[in-house]
Amino acid sequence: MNTDGDLLHTVTADNISDSRKRLGKLIVWSTALCCMMLALLQTMYQAGRIGIGFETWRPILYAYMLWATALCAAQVIVNGEKGKRTLFVLPAALFVVSLVVFPLLFALYISFTDWNLASPNGPQPNGWDNLVQMWNDSFYWNALTNMVYYVLAVCVEYVIAFGLALLLNAQIRARKFFRVVFLLPLMLSPVAVSWMIGKSMLEVRFGPISRIIRDLGGEPTFFGDPEIARFMIMAMDAWTFIPFMMIMLLAGLQALPSEILEASKVDGASGWQSFKEIIFPLMLPVSVTAIVIRIIFKLKLADIIINVTSGGPGGATDSVTSFIFREYRDRSNVGYGTLLAMVYLVLIVIFVTLFLKLVSRWMERPA
Amino acid sequence: MSVIFKDHELGLRVKSKWWASRTAIYLTLLIWAVVCLFPIFWTITTSFKMAPDVMKGNLIPWWDFTPRWKGWESIGLSPRLIGEVSTVREEFFKRFWNSAVVSISASLLAVILGSLAAYGLSRFSYKFGFMKNSDISFFFLSQMILPPVVLALPFLVLYKSLGLLDSRIGLILLYTLMVLPIVIWIMRDQFQGIPIELEEAALVDGLGIWGAFMQIVMPIALPGMVAAFILSLVLCWNEYFFAALLTSTNATTLPVMVASQTGSQGINWWSMAALSSAAILPLVIVAIALEKYIIKGMAAGAVK
Repeated sequence: MNTDGDLLHTVTADNISDSRKRLGKLIVWSTALCCMMLALLQTMYQAGRIGIGFETWRPILYAYMLWATALCAAQVIVNGEKGKRTLFVLPAALFVVSLVVFPLLFALYISFTDWNLASPNGPQPNGWDNLVQMWNDSFYWNALTNMVYYVLAVCVEYVIAFGLALLLNAQIRARKFFRVVFLLPLMLSPVAVSWMIGKSMLEVRFGPISRIIRDLGGEPTFFGDPEIARFMIMAMDAWTFIPFMMIMLLAGLQALPSEILEASKVDGASGWQSFKEIIFPLMLPVSVTAIVIRIIFKLKLADIIINVTSGGPGGATDSVTSFIFREYRDRSNVGYGTLLAMVYLVLIVIFVTLFLKLVSRWMERPA
Repeated sequence: MSVIFKDHELGLRVKSKWWASRTAIYLTLLIWAVVCLFPIFWTITTSFKMAPDVMKGNLIPWWDFTPRWKGWESIGLSPRLIGEVSTVREEFFKRFWNSAVVSISASLLAVILGSLAAYGLSRFSYKFGFMKNSDISFFFLSQMILPPVVLALPFLVLYKSLGLLDSRIGLILLYTLMVLPIVIWIMRDQFQGIPIELEEAALVDGLGIWGAFMQIVMPIALPGMVAAFILSLVLCWNEYFFAALLTSTNATTLPVMVASQTGSQGINWWSMAALSSAAILPLVIVAIALEKYIIKGMAAGAVK
């Protein structure tokens, strides 16, 4: 896409008077000042320096919102037509920046403190102690190793999803029915899934699946054995998310140029040949997109683990997110938990960047 | 290739091959349909079972066992109890209402903010400091990578000092942040598909850029917006992690309620099953009714 210059040109004669410009700047600066004054006042109050202040920081939030509104309004007041264009992106940008950047900076600070919500002292900086603790925390490394397994499971999900997409794309009857049915698992909340499958269908005594296994002469253990437990978590997660990849791949299949497929048929290609030589290569960009997004979702995997096994047996099913969740829930260890989360974020960013670099040559769409 | 006659040997071979592939396709489709449907069927039927039915593993209603309202009575939703005052039902509806309010407002907010940003990015070129259009797009989309766990603890502390803990507003803000990148991704694709000439004509006819957006572009992009809205709705409705950390009594959503009941084991499966069914039912209905939009939303961006 051409990014220099607007795609939609507007020609306007903006005659913005100096006083109007001054007014715009004035409201931005005055609201900013107001916000900062209130913040300062509240900090002093919390530190016990002065007697007057607010109960919570809520008024500072309102002042901040006022400043944000003033900033948006000032765009139009100061820049006229150009400001109206900025107004499209500015609200979303302000929203994301204030909800991500501030908390991240804050997280960076708490991750180097020994903050425990249960302790009365509040946060005390403790240098590299948390990092040292993390280095020696075998459970964290274990959780990271598990994440590798979980991410690798995406390959299997991809194969199944591709197969299903091919089937749905074939000449079949009741296509709409199958599409809706196949989509359903994605709609269910992971928490409900963890009860429906993890806690009732896989229940050792009365669950229908245990019953089948017992009828076949086996002895059902689903969450006792580490390997099987991990596989079960993978299967449940796959069950909910295969439709997601399937839909993306199906959309890709339906967008394939039919002339090429017909030409290959005329040339006498068998089904497997036309898949291997034509469909799969043409589907590579869509496949890679689907896999990348699925991996991003997979890296957040937690709900099912928290609700079914809470990491057990012996941390065999722990994902990083569920581990940190328990670190906070059971031990109120905010400082250490945040450090683990920040390290995880850094690892994710590195991993995703490298992965995108690696696959970028397949992501280019053949023109 | 020789002409295929119906009674010729070659013709019969082709035909049997065709039948074999048909059977294989439908068999696979049916097996997967069972895999998808059985957990839902199991949950809904279990909510009508009594303890002995659960233990004997009865599956098919009216044949194996007689459906009873026992499970639904435990959340106060059976025909017998519907007229009476029931605290469990009130509790359930409170959670349901919280879920509905939070997910609908968050999706709405995300669609509004996201559509505006996506439109701006697809039409104009910006320069915020060193950031150009592609950088701004990347900035928005990169939020998708951010794992919730990184934001959870700072938000907990932040909300505590803002007095937003256990409030619906707090959840709405976070959920909006969570689905915003997805909305922008879908909407950018939608807007790129709308020819710029339409807006140019509108501008010539005297509309401003905002007027052109509201009156010309919005109606065309509406199906895409609905798709983005539905997808966000599903994601927000099912969200558990933030809700579990940031709410305790007032603003608790449905998934948190379901999760808090799973801890109490024992064999009162029927009440858990009823609760789970009630929690998944709205989205199952949404999926069946609005399947077209959901698929459209997910397909956007995958294919250009």
